[in-house]
Amino acid sequence: MDLILFYLKKLFSVFKNEVFVLPSRVVVVLFFLFVLLLPVFTRDPYLLRIFILTSIFAIFAASWDLLSGFTGQMNFGHALFFGVGAYSAALLNLHAHIPPWGSIPLGALVAVLAGLVIGIPCLRLRGTYLALTTLAFPIVLMGLVFAFPDFTGGELGISGISRLTTSRVSDYYVVSVVMLGLCTIMWKITDSNTGIIFHAIREDEVAVRAAGVNTTRYKLLAFCLSGFFAGMAGGLYAHFMRIAGPANLEVSMSFTVVIWAIFGGVVTIYGPIGAVFLLFPLLEFLRFWQEFRMLMFAAIVLVILLYMPDGLFPWLRDKIEKECPRCKIRNIALRNTCRVCTAQLDK
Amino acid sequence: MGLIIDIVITGLIGGSTFALLAIGFSLIFGAARIVNLAHTAFYMVAAYCIYVMTQKMGLHPVWGMIIATVLVALLGLISYQLFINPIREHEGAVLIATIALAMVFQEVMSLLFTGTFLSVPALIKGYFVLLGVKVFYQQLITFCAALLVLALLWLVLMKTKLGLALRSTAQDREVANLMGINEARVAMMTMGLSVGLAAFTGAVVVPLTILEPTMWMHPLIMMMAVVVLGGLGSLKGSFIGAYILGFAEALVVFLAPMGSFLKGPVALCIMIVVLLIRPEGLFGVSFEEER
Repeated sequence: MDLILFYLKKLFSVFKNEVFVLPSRVVVVLFFLFVLLLPVFTRDPYLLRIFILTSIFAIFAASWDLLSGFTGQMNFGHALFFGVGAYSAALLNLHAHIPPWGSIPLGALVAVLAGLVIGIPCLRLRGTYLALTTLAFPIVLMGLVFAFPDFTGGELGISGISRLTTSRVSDYYVVSVVMLGLCTIMWKITDSNTGIIFHAIREDEVAVRAAGVNTTRYKLLAFCLSGFFAGMAGGLYAHFMRIAGPANLEVSMSFTVVIWAIFGGVVTIYGPIGAVFLLFPLLEFLRFWQEFRMLMFAAIVLVILLYMPDGLFPWLRDKIEKECPRCKIRNIALRNTCRVCTAQLDK
Repeated sequence: MGLIIDIVITGLIGGSTFALLAIGFSLIFGAARIVNLAHTAFYMVAAYCIYVMTQKMGLHPVWGMIIATVLVALLGLISYQLFINPIREHEGAVLIATIALAMVFQEVMSLLFTGTFLSVPALIKGYFVLLGVKVFYQQLITFCAALLVLALLWLVLMKTKLGLALRSTAQDREVANLMGINEARVAMMTMGLSVGLAAFTGAVVVPLTILEPTMWMHPLIMMMAVVVLGGLGSLKGSFIGAYILGFAEALVVFLAPMGSFLKGPVALCIMIVVLLIRPEGLFGVSFEEER
């Protein structure tokens, strides 16, 4: 009993001292609560479906940020990982009868292999070359899909995959818990030593190499990690939609993930996730104006970029928080002095 | 024999189209470091413009072509000023701004003309027979016009002051600025030139293709493959790369089973293989690290 009380007290003090002092952390907690409690308020299958897809794409967008945002290796063919994950999960499920909990991670491992396959040649390229070359890979794969319709289902894709779970609400919980878990892992990765090296490679690769870090290995690691998370998203998508088709490999898929990530703000992980949770439901609700839907979407992205070229969420965060000039700890914008070192915060 | 002629003609037409597009794309990348993913969207808009001019307003196709090219170049300048110039320093933002721009054009076009396939009649109807293969006059016109424009462009780049300014900006933006070249203005003029080229490509190609709002996707990918293959910012590279990929596409379409599905992938595989051997493309000058 005492132990429980102790942990409760500890939890309370953590919340009081670490979470409630910063609005961005409060927002993260609210976000977790919102995602976990949504089915309590509504069981509308259409709404749940939107949020399931949103969660899947949130993993996908965050995985793009992990690779392209953090290491600066612009990947314009991220749909490759998604598609490889979806197709291999579907094939494993259909032919080897592996249930979803096995086929999705296995599909993600295949996507890791894909990451290695495209990562090794692409390490020689940089910047725009890399961006434009990676764009080619999903298209090459799509050509193969069309060329061997017996195995891949061609234009129709692979259908008849088993369901993720038996009901919509449990689907929602599986996907959203996986999403929260994977995104937290990605966040942790970017906070670790590895993440710092990733970030350093983005800023100045030559300097990192000069510091004795094998940047090639780290870039390859980024490709594999990103491939794994995107492959998980792809597998979840295949099992939720019960179809893996060439649409998963389309150019627009690769572009959309770039739009989400840059709109939300790269090098943050939370940016792309937030952007997907903002833009994807928005796109669905804009269905009321079917014809104007994509137009509105593009226009909103354009206008927001004009005012916030670094992305929406870093901009918002800078508005509500400021960094202490002395100890580099973030404070709520209302404070005049730093909450830790009591240094004067600049206005 | 007929097959060979077919392949040659398709390859030349495809190659010229890609060359025109890729050179326009290369120009703006070289001069302003803008990766303009909306480049082929302007080509699509120009094609629709010509459709309106000739089919709806009954203008002569030549006038239609000229007006469309000018209008689309203006459209390019306006969108550059409004959406690209303010965020030019943020590379990622420019990328999605141009994608979003392309999506806006695509959506506006599908609102105005719906998604149905449209077509524009040839400038000169008819064909002649070469070794048993029909060669349409329009194909000849497209090819000749492409070469002519490329020659003109070469003259502009090599012999005029604007060309000199453009080339020096492409080589080193800061030093060009220090030498008294108004870098912002050069970037704007290059944008006009490059979009004009895209519009012209649309104008000469439109009678040979089908108009639909998503017609910019395939050329965009091929154009980027050409540019990467030839080496970014290298006009000669873009030119040669365009014909390599144009012929590769034509060969695959006519010779391989399931060719039309594989034409894109094969061309892109060629690009990937070349990049593995020469990471800076065929004629690429390896850019020094941007300062």
